[in-house]
Amino acid sequence: MTDASLNGAEEPRRRGSIHEIDARTRKRNAREARFKGYGIGAILVGLFFLVVLAVSIVSSGLPAFTKTVVKVEFTMSQEQYDEAESTLFKTAAYSDIFIAQLRDTMEEEGVEVAFDEGSIERLLGKVGGTLREFYTANEDQLGQPVTFQLPASSRVDGYFNGRVTREGLTESRFLELTDLDLVDALADAGVITQAFNWTFLTGSDSGVDNPGGAGIGVSVVGSFFMMLVVLVLALPIGVAASIYLEEFAPQNKFTDLIEVNISNLAAVPSIVFGILGLAVFIQFMHLPQSAPLVGGLVLTLMTLPTIIISTRASLKSVPPSIRDAALGVGASKMQSVFHHVLPLAMPGILTGTIIGLAQALGETAPLLLIGMVGFVARDYPDGFVGGFTEANSAMPAQIYTWAARADASFYEKAWGGIIVLLVFLLLMNVIAILLRRKFERRW
Amino acid sequence: MPSMKLAASALAIAAASATTVAAQSRDNVQVAGSSTVLPYASIVAEAFGENTDFPTPVVESGGSSAGLKRFCEGVGENTIDVANASRAIRDSEIETCAENGVSDIIEVRIGYDGIVFASQQDGPAFDAFVPSDIFNAIGAKVLVDGELVDNPHTSWADFNSDLPDAEIAMFIPGTKHGTREVFEEQVLLTGCEDTGAMEAMIEGGMSEDDAEDACLDVRTDGGHSVDIDGDYTETLARIDANPNGVGVFGLAFYENNQDALKVATMSGVAPSTETIASGEYPVSRPLFFYVKKAHIGVIPGLKEYAQFFVADELAGPDGPLSNYGLVADPELAETQQKIADEVTMGESM
Repeated sequence: MTDASLNGAEEPRRRGSIHEIDARTRKRNAREARFKGYGIGAILVGLFFLVVLAVSIVSSGLPAFTKTVVKVEFTMSQEQYDEAESTLFKTAAYSDIFIAQLRDTMEEEGVEVAFDEGSIERLLGKVGGTLREFYTANEDQLGQPVTFQLPASSRVDGYFNGRVTREGLTESRFLELTDLDLVDALADAGVITQAFNWTFLTGSDSGVDNPGGAGIGVSVVGSFFMMLVVLVLALPIGVAASIYLEEFAPQNKFTDLIEVNISNLAAVPSIVFGILGLAVFIQFMHLPQSAPLVGGLVLTLMTLPTIIISTRASLKSVPPSIRDAALGVGASKMQSVFHHVLPLAMPGILTGTIIGLAQALGETAPLLLIGMVGFVARDYPDGFVGGFTEANSAMPAQIYTWAARADASFYEKAWGGIIVLLVFLLLMNVIAILLRRKFERRW
Repeated sequence: MPSMKLAASALAIAAASATTVAAQSRDNVQVAGSSTVLPYASIVAEAFGENTDFPTPVVESGGSSAGLKRFCEGVGENTIDVANASRAIRDSEIETCAENGVSDIIEVRIGYDGIVFASQQDGPAFDAFVPSDIFNAIGAKVLVDGELVDNPHTSWADFNSDLPDAEIAMFIPGTKHGTREVFEEQVLLTGCEDTGAMEAMIEGGMSEDDAEDACLDVRTDGGHSVDIDGDYTETLARIDANPNGVGVFGLAFYENNQDALKVATMSGVAPSTETIASGEYPVSRPLFFYVKKAHIGVIPGLKEYAQFFVADELAGPDGPLSNYGLVADPELAETQQKIADEVTMGESM
């Protein structure tokens, strides 16, 4: 029969040349082209939203990275220092001395626009804290001129980046229209300039009347220590649990129950873990409130199911022949898992872990209840252990706090914080990809 | 496996540090409560950290009721030291506190805050309100032609021809906010009495208490009144999106956003720190914080923080709090003395 059909002169089912496309093929090809079109369309829509998102984040957030500063030379005498240090509200005393001296200097220089101490005060942000910090640390600088770059007030800052305009200004005790003339004159004289806002990258949160002093740096450190806790706890526990469940555990009702529970836990709203954290870690175990350690523990609970599920999936995807071959040449069950299966599953495990960490990094809800959301303005933690135990905030919590403040300048800071958060996430993803490449090359 | 060893040692470190931490005492003051008091508390906390050797206190938000609930959970380092509140503590809360061992509470009044009604700059002219207007707009049952009926009004002009013919859309603070209580007592209840609705309810067979409660019911139909559980920024965002929206704000928030909001007078008085201090502006309330006396001496800096907060330099008329929008308390000296002597609630001075 084969011969007959091979040699058969006639092929009844197909007529015409194969170079000529018939109606049915044309239809099929058209369908394929349409599907490709849909796919490209979907990607374009996705890209469009990504671009819109990126543009809006960057354009709203960029003002946070520049600040308007007043650059002046200031001399503080020993007597003024002693006097300021003897008051209760020392930083206000520093500020008063600074303003008085600035007024005198401006009078000497002959600034043409009318001004008084009130307008200088409206122009400046909070300066007392910076001055006091400098002079208490450098008492030898007393009596000598020092050039300071101090933040301008949030409205003057807004005037420079377009948030506040002469037309849209409602005069208030925070800023009057004549102050803007003074600002223009001082900007021409080079006293008021724009500078890169290092405070934003390195500082901590500040009071609502001090947007110029607000920074995200300390909460980045808080987030870092939380992620460290999550990584150190969730990765080994998650991987150990999945290896046991996948490779060693007997299949029975009990392990089924555990599996169902893990899948359900992955879907539990994160606020629930926050309530659990408050009850167990703070009220029962008496761990400190607002500490990254507790935040990390809560986020560990939240991340564990994600890591377990992805680890089990990647263990499952390792072909059974690898295990069989290892067992066949005399490896123990444990050796086959740790020498052969686990390294092959590593890229998948790493991806799952990074996704879990990224999710935990952006989480605010569980932190609400353990005291990490609010006004947490601390210095950088004292040493490694302090990083875990001293009160700190986290990046998403800091962003949330800023977004709720009355002063519009903090709203810019919130967007700027989002940019920093995204950069952090991007870095984590890059590390994940690099690690994955490294592990993949071995096999 | 080195990675196993690493993981094991990391676990050991984590466990060890967890135990040492538990034994360590807390060195910072922990505060929670009203989101209206939060801005002031954050100003004070920052200044306290800058001006003293104590660490900066941690101030959480969440609303007066939530803060007082946590305050009353008990005594000990794992509970908060100070609760901020935009209303006075309730008797029921004092009882809960006492049940959990928090019996000595120092009440500190830091000043006054006005509640203002504001709308979009470009919206209809909501320039002047009286409490009756607000009640007629959002009360559940109002008086129409002498009859007590479910609120039929959809436009402000329906009941007051002086007001713009615009859809009623009010954004009022949610029930977890202390501001809500002041809004209910000083605006809704007054409006209810002024319109005669309360009288009609009592004539209709209600007891006085029931009538008062009924006056505070807010309509739920058609989105004419929306509870805002978040902060004033949420209210501001809702107003931004709705030209007809009228929102309830704290005076300080409004003053910081004058470019975006226009404020209405209440009973003919424009809100400002002066009119509130003099008592002319009718809707204002005192702001408080509550200190656990049992924590004084245990938590470093607690008493100092309380004293610093109400010092003339901060809470006085020329201080930074007043500059931000707080109406200074004329009886600040008494409050300062009260903290110095650690006088608790119920004790006479």
